[in-house]
Amino acid sequence: MTLQQKVPVTPPAARSRKNVVAPWGLGAALAALLFFVAALVAPQVLATHDPYALDLANALQAPSLAHWFGTDESGRDLYSRVVWGTRDSLLIGIGATAVSLTIALILGAIAALAGKYVAGTVNRVIEVLFAFPTLLLALLLVTVIGPSAFSQVFAVGVGTSPGYARMIRGQILSAKNSGYVEAATALGHSRGRILRHHVIPNAIRPLVAVIALSVGQSIVWASSLAFLGLGVAPPSPEWGALLDAGRLYITQAPWLTVIPGLVIVTLAIAATTIGKHIQASLEKGEK
Amino acid sequence: MTTLVTEIRTDAVGVAPTGDPRLSVHNLHVGFTRGGAFHEVVKDVSFDLHAGQCIAIVGESGSGKSVTARSIVGLTGRNATVESATISLDGEDLTTVGEKRWREIRGRRIGFILQDALVSLDPLRPVGKEIEEALKLHGWGDRSSRKRKVIELLDSVGVPHPELRARQRPDELSGGLRQRALIASALALDPEIIIADEPTTALDVTVQAQVLSLLDDTKSRGVSIILISHDLSVVAHLADHILVMKGGVVVESGPAQQVLTRPEHEYTKSLIGAVPSEHTRGRRLGPELDIVATAHPTRFAEEFADYTGPVLEARNLVKRFRSPDGSVSTAVNDVSFELQPGTTLGIVGESGSGKSTTARIALALTGADEGSVTLLGREWSSIRESQRRPLRKRISVVYQDPLSSFDPRWNTERILLDAVTDEEPSTLAEKKARVRELLAQVGLTDAVLPRFPLQLSGGQRQRVAIARALAPSPSVIVLDEAVSALDVSIQAQILDLLVELQKQIGLSYLFISHDLGVISHISDTVLVMKDGAVVERGTADDVFNRPQHPYTQQLVGSLPTLDQEIP
Repeated sequence: MTLQQKVPVTPPAARSRKNVVAPWGLGAALAALLFFVAALVAPQVLATHDPYALDLANALQAPSLAHWFGTDESGRDLYSRVVWGTRDSLLIGIGATAVSLTIALILGAIAALAGKYVAGTVNRVIEVLFAFPTLLLALLLVTVIGPSAFSQVFAVGVGTSPGYARMIRGQILSAKNSGYVEAATALGHSRGRILRHHVIPNAIRPLVAVIALSVGQSIVWASSLAFLGLGVAPPSPEWGALLDAGRLYITQAPWLTVIPGLVIVTLAIAATTIGKHIQASLEKGEK
Repeated sequence: MTTLVTEIRTDAVGVAPTGDPRLSVHNLHVGFTRGGAFHEVVKDVSFDLHAGQCIAIVGESGSGKSVTARSIVGLTGRNATVESATISLDGEDLTTVGEKRWREIRGRRIGFILQDALVSLDPLRPVGKEIEEALKLHGWGDRSSRKRKVIELLDSVGVPHPELRARQRPDELSGGLRQRALIASALALDPEIIIADEPTTALDVTVQAQVLSLLDDTKSRGVSIILISHDLSVVAHLADHILVMKGGVVVESGPAQQVLTRPEHEYTKSLIGAVPSEHTRGRRLGPELDIVATAHPTRFAEEFADYTGPVLEARNLVKRFRSPDGSVSTAVNDVSFELQPGTTLGIVGESGSGKSTTARIALALTGADEGSVTLLGREWSSIRESQRRPLRKRISVVYQDPLSSFDPRWNTERILLDAVTDEEPSTLAEKKARVRELLAQVGLTDAVLPRFPLQLSGGQRQRVAIARALAPSPSVIVLDEAVSALDVSIQAQILDLLVELQKQIGLSYLFISHDLGVISHISDTVLVMKDGAVVERGTADDVFNRPQHPYTQQLVGSLPTLDQEIP
């Protein structure tokens, strides 16, 4: 047996290399979000024209320097309409998310924490609702209450809630069965204190990321409803309504549908990207 | 006494390896690039492995022992930098071979056994198919001869009913059988070298003994073994030569007997000294502790001041579990015990023996189907949780995995503040002072207060868990495998700490472990559990030196130990 402890033949030099990936995706998402928030707060600053001003002489103009996104059939500036429509679209998205998460929290918490029979019943209800496609559920509700901005918010909120309810139930259950809750029980803490200090905060924390994701998705769903004529009606510049209005001119003026579509996609991607980053940074804290 | 002391191999010393080494590793350096910085984790490791020889690489977590083993078979991963003067297998330089050649070498020339068989085996494939795959990939025989070979292999590693087992998936096999299936797949192509990375760490002691003797048989057939382990007593069984690694460096190397009986390096000495066993009872395993612990006066402490009976008493506990298919299994069957004040009751058993369920019943976290528990002479298991809550301050728990027992959102200070009893209206400043006092009792400084559990080392985490358990000034602490996940030197520190706290505060411990060495070191009285029932009970001395029940005798006989009497 020979065993040497020689001086290394080729001493590995201490290296340092920067291989941190620049989060340019996050930067772009934040920039997009900043634009939308500005459009929400002060559309008059960003808009170049009056979104409702008719100019029939310049109807259906292609995008140009004068009209960045082109003009619609009545000569209204599409860019300005998109900017002014941000408020409606975002508020519908945020409102729907608020409705959705509120319903989800209530149902999810009952399904996780209530007694056997109540929890079982609520759980079945969530599962039955979950079995419906989101849009179908939303359509059903709008049909019942009639198309309006309010029904759009409500329908999308209810339509997306079963998925979140299931998620919240899972979060609460895993927190409830965790080692730290058992440790707190062993310390003699009361049930209420454990719920307040451990179960609820740990169940809700992952929702921060979900909120961002959900706003983006809700806008897509709300736009779908508006596109089908079941939301805010034209001439409102809400993005789904813009899509719906442009539909008639899709062969002559495709920008009228393509550009609002791209705007919706941009917002959805920006919200999703930010949501994912929030999620990743939360998980990093846990591992 | 002799039953405890497995003799360290003496035959190896006389056998001078002759001829060229089978595997030669010289000046191995391995480093990883993480977060832009380069960390060298293996520094200048060299050894020669001869036919039929077993080299053991021993070290604690982070010592670089597993990375060393993986480098030999080119499995260090993408961001690793391996620099070595030589890694040669029968003269072939392995530092320059390509991926294709590696695939021929792995399996056929060098077999690899990993620690966790459940992760290493494909969960959806019968184990027989898994082993057959290795044969097929290397173009061994035809279909029917491969089938026969698989059965032969499983039979040779001591798997009963090999035809049946070959058709089962990993989740249908016990831990021991899985590990043996994994060894069978490593042996499938008759490799000349087997690298076994912690092959017995997850196994019960009796199964461990079987696996070790299987590896011993393999070695006597001329196969060379590189055995990676954190456990010196496992290594003592098998190794001819031992490398002790610390921080990526080989701090000591030499023939097994010499390293184990006449260690030269301080670290090796401390490692050997840190192994708890029957011989170390009442002795410190590490250096002297600098802690002063005092019981915090509480309302409850005064209330129970005159009580002198057993602090915890269980009578005829029975717990049954109904499985989804409707069958009923008895996890705890007629278990009774008494825990006297200021003493330690050890409950030892293998996985599935019901020891952890017993601990949970003792903590009233699970109800018993029959029988009862009293805490400090009061009804404990039969009362409502709301009545029990104030009494909970008298009994605490420390778990095996402290990480999962801490709320991940909280830092150390918040965790401990939450545990400090608020039975008297005390100010935040008073509570914070109490937290500092608790930290000092477990040998930690205030520096850990702002840190989150994830930012603490394993030993620090377990100390915080003990501090939390001490916070309400309990009479009893239930320690459920509390030192099982720790490195041996950290384990020694924690055990010393527990013994010291017991001396100073007069705590009573209900100590649950699968590790006979730990139980024999710390316990005054011992219960041996098997299949939910107590098979033997008595003082630690009686149980470990004069075991009566055949199962206890088997357990004690399976225990690989170092001879602590050798200076």
